[in-house]
Amino acid sequence: MSADAGTAITPEALEAERDYLLRYASLQLRNPAQVEDAVQETLLAALEGLERFSGRSTLRTWLTGILKHKIIDHLRRSGRERPLGSDDDERTETEIVDALFAEDGHWRGFPADWGSPAKSLENSRFWKAFELCLQRLPARTARVFTMREVMEMSTDDICQELEISTTNCWVMLHRARLTLRECLEMTWFDGQPS
Amino acid sequence: MIPNCKETSQLLSQAQDRPLGFVERLRMRLHLAICDRCRRVSMQFDFLRAAVRHYRDGE
Repeated sequence: MSADAGTAITPEALEAERDYLLRYASLQLRNPAQVEDAVQETLLAALEGLERFSGRSTLRTWLTGILKHKIIDHLRRSGRERPLGSDDDERTETEIVDALFAEDGHWRGFPADWGSPAKSLENSRFWKAFELCLQRLPARTARVFTMREVMEMSTDDICQELEISTTNCWVMLHRARLTLRECLEMTWFDGQPS
Repeated sequence: MIPNCKETSQLLSQAQDRPLGFVERLRMRLHLAICDRCRRVSMQFDFLRAAVRHYRDGE
């Protein structure tokens, strides 16, 4: 997986990272054709620019860096064709967060005790629930969340890319976390032995 | 001075996105000390971050 400086990287080594790149891209792009394209472009760019791979980072880190740019290109392109707009016509992000709390700011539902959630990471059924919960996030919220958590972009960079305010970005991330939290609690952690 | 659950939850979320100020951290801690629900949510937010990276990296 990693290669030292000067070690030749074979097309096979690039190909071996393909599954990882596909998974990474599919967390960010919802259209499977776009996912394929972004990964294909990344592998091609890597092949053409092999001499730029310094060996200071692992091959995967280097490829992921290229893929991030390709993903952003795709997001920009599809954003021009079909802007995401807002997720909800009437309710603002703030109102959606507000709805989870009582008037006095207490939790409306009681967040449950998840026991030792780390155990779930080893359970394939947990990942099914996790995928479903991610897919249920509204498109715009999901985009901000995955830019932050999957691509590990700073909120400043996300705001700039999506042309939204920093405050709005924080509200959307808060909403995403609360919504995911609630979804996992209902679909997975409810009734799981702790 | 002590924030409610809603504000604490906002602070918990923003703590994952920016360094909180001294007063913000202090207020958040004061609330967490008396609220087991928000302590759960705090751990759950950490878990969400770990889970997304686990999923991404396919470990």
